[in-house]
Amino acid sequence: MNVNDSIVVVLAASAIFYGTPLVFAAVGELLAERSGVLNLGVEGMMLIGAVTAFWSVQNLSGADWFVLLLATGIGGLAALAVSLIHAVLAVGLRANQIVSGLALTIFAGATGLSSYVGNVARLGGQPAKHEFTALNVFGLQDVPVAGPILFHQNALVYASWVLVVLALVYLYRTRTGLHLRAVGESPETADVMGVNVARYRYAHTLVGGFLAGVGGAYFSLAITPNWIDGMTSGAGWIAIALVIFAFWRPELTLVGAYLFGLFSSLGFVLQARQVHLPPEVFASLPYVMTVVVLVVVSTGWAKQRLGAPAALGTPYVREER
Amino acid sequence: MIRIQRRQTTPRWLLVAVPALSLVAAFAAAALVLLVAGKDPIATYQRIFDRAFFAPGALTSTLVTATPLLLTGLAAAAAFRMRLWNIGGEGQLYLGAIGASGVGIALQHQPAPILIGGMIAGGLVAGAAWAIIPGLLRAYLNTNEIITTLMLNYVAGLLLLYLIFDSQSYWRDLSTFTARQFPQGKVLADAATWPAFDLQVAIVPFGFVLGILAAIALWLVYRSTVFGFQVRVLGDSRAAARYAGIKSRRVIVAMMALSGALAGLGGASEIGDFRHVLDPRGLQQAGLGYAGIVVAALARYNPLAVPVVAVLIGGLANAGYSLQGPDFPAGLVGVLQGTILFFALGGELLVRYRITFGSSRALVAPART
Repeated sequence: MNVNDSIVVVLAASAIFYGTPLVFAAVGELLAERSGVLNLGVEGMMLIGAVTAFWSVQNLSGADWFVLLLATGIGGLAALAVSLIHAVLAVGLRANQIVSGLALTIFAGATGLSSYVGNVARLGGQPAKHEFTALNVFGLQDVPVAGPILFHQNALVYASWVLVVLALVYLYRTRTGLHLRAVGESPETADVMGVNVARYRYAHTLVGGFLAGVGGAYFSLAITPNWIDGMTSGAGWIAIALVIFAFWRPELTLVGAYLFGLFSSLGFVLQARQVHLPPEVFASLPYVMTVVVLVVVSTGWAKQRLGAPAALGTPYVREER
Repeated sequence: MIRIQRRQTTPRWLLVAVPALSLVAAFAAAALVLLVAGKDPIATYQRIFDRAFFAPGALTSTLVTATPLLLTGLAAAAAFRMRLWNIGGEGQLYLGAIGASGVGIALQHQPAPILIGGMIAGGLVAGAAWAIIPGLLRAYLNTNEIITTLMLNYVAGLLLLYLIFDSQSYWRDLSTFTARQFPQGKVLADAATWPAFDLQVAIVPFGFVLGILAAIALWLVYRSTVFGFQVRVLGDSRAAARYAGIKSRRVIVAMMALSGALAGLGGASEIGDFRHVLDPRGLQQAGLGYAGIVVAALARYNPLAVPVVAVLIGGLANAGYSLQGPDFPAGLVGVLQGTILFFALGGELLVRYRITFGSSRALVAPART
């Protein structure tokens, strides 16, 4: 048997495939949280991204790559637009960030705006006219082991790797990145340094929204190229949990995301190999494992909430400094 | 120039006026959305309110929809009041439904009071048990309860599907050939149907009455028990609670259990008042637990305000179901609920802060002469 058909290689390749939307959403949430804004609206923003991106591939025409690029961008921008609501409430109006983020998920999520848009545009039940397919990078897709895992993925997978590198450079190697960390750790200090706290918080909440939208677009353009109400089924919440596992460090979101990609794909892969268990057991794996991993990282050596920005979730009011 | 200052005291009338104004503003904003979508907002609102409250029988079905929202709303309000973010009302409601229908099947030959009492207890206990898991994790291992309660919602939803569609469980009807081909739950005996009270204007489900009693009880707990006092201190200041020697771990676990029990009662009422069978799809469709969060936030976590808000939000949801169709797509109700919540949150600023217009100099206290 070809080594590339072995269960280990198939699982590794599909872990990356299913984990990629989590990378986008988690890096986005991480940037927002680094500025001190907790946004629990990721699930809603992802669904907005998914529905608008799917609408775009159905209604735009052009070369495959061009339409897909445009659709992903539109998905990101639509999610950015709804994240503005949270930014205004959390940064501008100092509202409770937890409730505001929940409100965003209710507003935009599976029973809200994304479902409304999908219904009005009658997107349900259509096959996608364009979808992301795996590329054969440098013609290396048949190389043993590394081929299917590293060189036979879709374009967004490679984009997510670039994103993680960019986020790392940005956070730790640029002046704005330094200011961002200051805003999240100690807005008072940042303010004294002459950093505009509100502007940083707005900007990073919006960037977080954009990336959540791209992650959502991945669901409707790559994983299951169609539109179903609530199709992200909790990925947004897992992305929020991933930021905690990753100790707010971009490179670790990759590890977490692929771990959860693995749990998401385990069911499909094992069923294809005649392992029979109730489907609900496989389906509940990502959720149960999220709880388990969260418990592990929140105890013992990580008990001090290692890496959480000190000002996370608290509004900054200059007059009350 | 606009200046924003924290209020030292909040006038009472603001606590009512601000949510009411937020509601009006939210409907105005949603009207804009409807206009953009090419719909007549006034006609749409007329249809919504007609179907929610005024049409014959509308109030009765609104109360049916409001009953679980009242209970999940209380569940969220109780926990959120002490800044314990239990957003697992959805899953706790499913467990309550599983518990209540399980007891309902087991006691089906008993007289109605025992049967119904057992179903209530089953709902309370199952909901509380499900909520205690994240409660213990939060209290003893400091695990973020927002994520754990939410993840358990998905697990509870899958458990419902498993019990009816993918197993030969106690809840599943396996008595006939069709039931084996097309999975469904065991239908409860007639004695398991909860009583309802006909008040001429509307028929009030038993669960709604229980919800009102629970709201009053919760208010009394806050007002005049040690536990209620501890909850309020923990909600206002974790540090103060520590200095006061409050054993916050126990309070957290107890509050999660209480919150889960309330949501579980909501699930029991879904079975006893409404469905009479464990129906996974029907229970999952409505997002009753999440809507409870909207109810709690709009009621500003005040248990006595929860029933009023629940009827309002329940009315919206009910109108949403009955109007659903090509020109009233699904999702509109969620958009409205979310918009209302956004405005209520924005309005909080007016409750907590004083906003003054004019030059900043005017705010400097005049020098004494």
